[in-house]
Amino acid sequence: MNDTLKNHATLAEKFNRDIPRVDWHDKTLWFVREKRDKAANQIPDWEKLRETASQIKNNVLSNLHDYLVEFENNAQQNGITVHWASTPKEHNEIVHRIIQQHGVEHIVKSKSMLTEECGLNEYLEHQGIEVVDTDLGERIVQLAGEPPSHIVLPCIHWKKEEIGELFHQHLGTPKGNADPQFLTSAARAHLREHFLHSKVAITGVNFAVAETGEFVVCTNEGNADLGVQLADVHIACMGIEKIIPQRKHLGIFLRLLARSATGQPITTYSSHFQKPRAGQEMHIVLVDNGRSERLGSEDFRNALKCIRCGACFNTCPVYRRSGGHSYHTAVAGPIGSILAPALDMEKNADLPFASTLCGSCTNVCPVKIDIHDQLYKWRQVLVKNGHVTRGKKFSMMSMRFLLSHSSLYNFSGTLGRWVMRNLPSLVNNKFNPWYKQREMPQAPAQSFRSWYLKNKQHGK
Amino acid sequence: MGSREKILAAVKTNQPPLSPLPSNWQGSKHTTNLKEQFIQTVTNIGGLVIEVNSVEEIIPAVKDKFPETTRIVNLLESPKPTGASLGDPHEFENVTIAIMQGQLGVAENGAVWLTDKQMGDRVLPYICENLVLVMKSTEIVPTLHEAYERIGSSDYGLGTFLAGPSKTADIEQSLVLGAHGPKSLMVYLLP
Ligand code: SF4
Repeated sequence: MNDTLKNHATLAEKFNRDIPRVDWHDKTLWFVREKRDKAANQIPDWEKLRETASQIKNNVLSNLHDYLVEFENNAQQNGITVHWASTPKEHNEIVHRIIQQHGVEHIVKSKSMLTEECGLNEYLEHQGIEVVDTDLGERIVQLAGEPPSHIVLPCIHWKKEEIGELFHQHLGTPKGNADPQFLTSAARAHLREHFLHSKVAITGVNFAVAETGEFVVCTNEGNADLGVQLADVHIACMGIEKIIPQRKHLGIFLRLLARSATGQPITTYSSHFQKPRAGQEMHIVLVDNGRSERLGSEDFRNALKCIRCGACFNTCPVYRRSGGHSYHTAVAGPIGSILAPALDMEKNADLPFASTLCGSCTNVCPVKIDIHDQLYKWRQVLVKNGHVTRGKKFSMMSMRFLLSHSSLYNFSGTLGRWVMRNLPSLVNNKFNPWYKQREMPQAPAQSFRSWYLKNKQHGK
Repeated sequence: MGSREKILAAVKTNQPPLSPLPSNWQGSKHTTNLKEQFIQTVTNIGGLVIEVNSVEEIIPAVKDKFPETTRIVNLLESPKPTGASLGDPHEFENVTIAIMQGQLGVAENGAVWLTDKQMGDRVLPYICENLVLVMKSTEIVPTLHEAYERIGSSDYGLGTFLAGPSKTADIEQSLVLGAHGPKSLMVYLLP
């Protein structure tokens, strides 16, 4: 891998310089994770729900062709125009063309990770179109000139005092006012103007139902709804994997989504768009961008089951302590780390290594994606394809050799414990990345194996 | 070959062998009092439930709650919004209270289902400052599964589950009610 490229370890190191801030970030996300646990524990059928959701998604992947055609048919009959885009560029051009046809220069957009993936904002701004993100968190990072750092909580890395200062500069709020209630109402007034004056509104899609041709958009703020109901044109952008077979399946997914995301029983708004209102135009852009290819990979296709709840972010010890921007991709966290290498192996070769493989992500995932297994499999693919640094490759190969030769493994353990006790500076140095922001623990005198053998003999 | 054909062809080639849909959802039995659970959940998510005996009680009660109200749109008697020429949703910008019917409520999550048939104008439940929903307590179901059973294959332009007032916690996870939509939500329950 080219070390001059953006790299998780280096970016995380930057984030880690401010220790109290890292602790705060860590705690805030853990708080969300705990809310998720509480919500999940209140549902006696939780595990059965996850299993059912997983099976429905498996069925979707195995029958995606027919579901897409069925969805397209029904959506068209409902009066919705359906577009198909193979690449981000094509997606952006389709959206731009629709906007141009209406001679519009300002548009509003609610949260859509797909448009982030496609770089839509940048593209449109290049064409002279102003895009206003209307989700409060997204508007905050947009004003700051940053991408979101979390798919559900875009500005989770911002402190309220900093947001107060940002609003003071951009919205003219009094300097020093950092009250969330006050700042939210300032944003409400500011964005209301944009809602009232935008003729085109873009939204994402949480679920698209093949059986009915409708699509569902979930928000808490109501920004998606306000945007599209005041606009003449609604453009909804979605990846082709967002299809579900039947309307009644929404019962399964909507019970899981918000509880997994924030611990709420459901988002405030779960809007089912089936037909445009009289006089309104409704468009759907179906985007591939590598998804159809990934579908052919037995090891990695499961990542397409993702419903973008963010639970794997909140639980991940690496994400919580390294921040979303250290992942340098639109979708960060554990799921981002298995999605990104498929899009660009060289640029994202570092991401599958940004994990402890603890498996917590897999345990919370509402659609049961084997996230940590995929992280591990990506590491192997990346090493095989020469996308890791020589140092990492050498240590991985040595580990493999060591792990397959047990007597050597036992000896090296004895050696390692001796070194850590007698020559700690040999491991506690700047050449060992594990030593960064950490002290190496005191090594025990004995390995677990010899302790176990000894105690077994003692009949314990 | 256009993108549509290209994508569909690639999907067809790459999709794995058919994996069957799971059998119909069979959840655990619900033993709780649905009305109580619904009232509790709506309260937890920042809304308010008020039980009344007849529709006639609602308007005076609402006016009592919001003495400062300047513009009420009441859709209970007629599905056409009063006091506005239909057509331009922007005309509802200054509505302080909108009152409309809810079709059914979900005890487990406090959501109320309604469609554009009850909304008058699609923008109303989102643009008004305070939203009042009216429904029968006999229309409360335990979970979303039963809700979708009721909704069935009914036809609508827009349908929505509405749960509590509009909210955000984007600033340091502090919950603020009234992000872009209504700042308050009340559900009047009829027997
Ligand atoms: S991978 Fe699973 S836990 Fe992570 S965002 Fe997707 S659905 Fe949620």
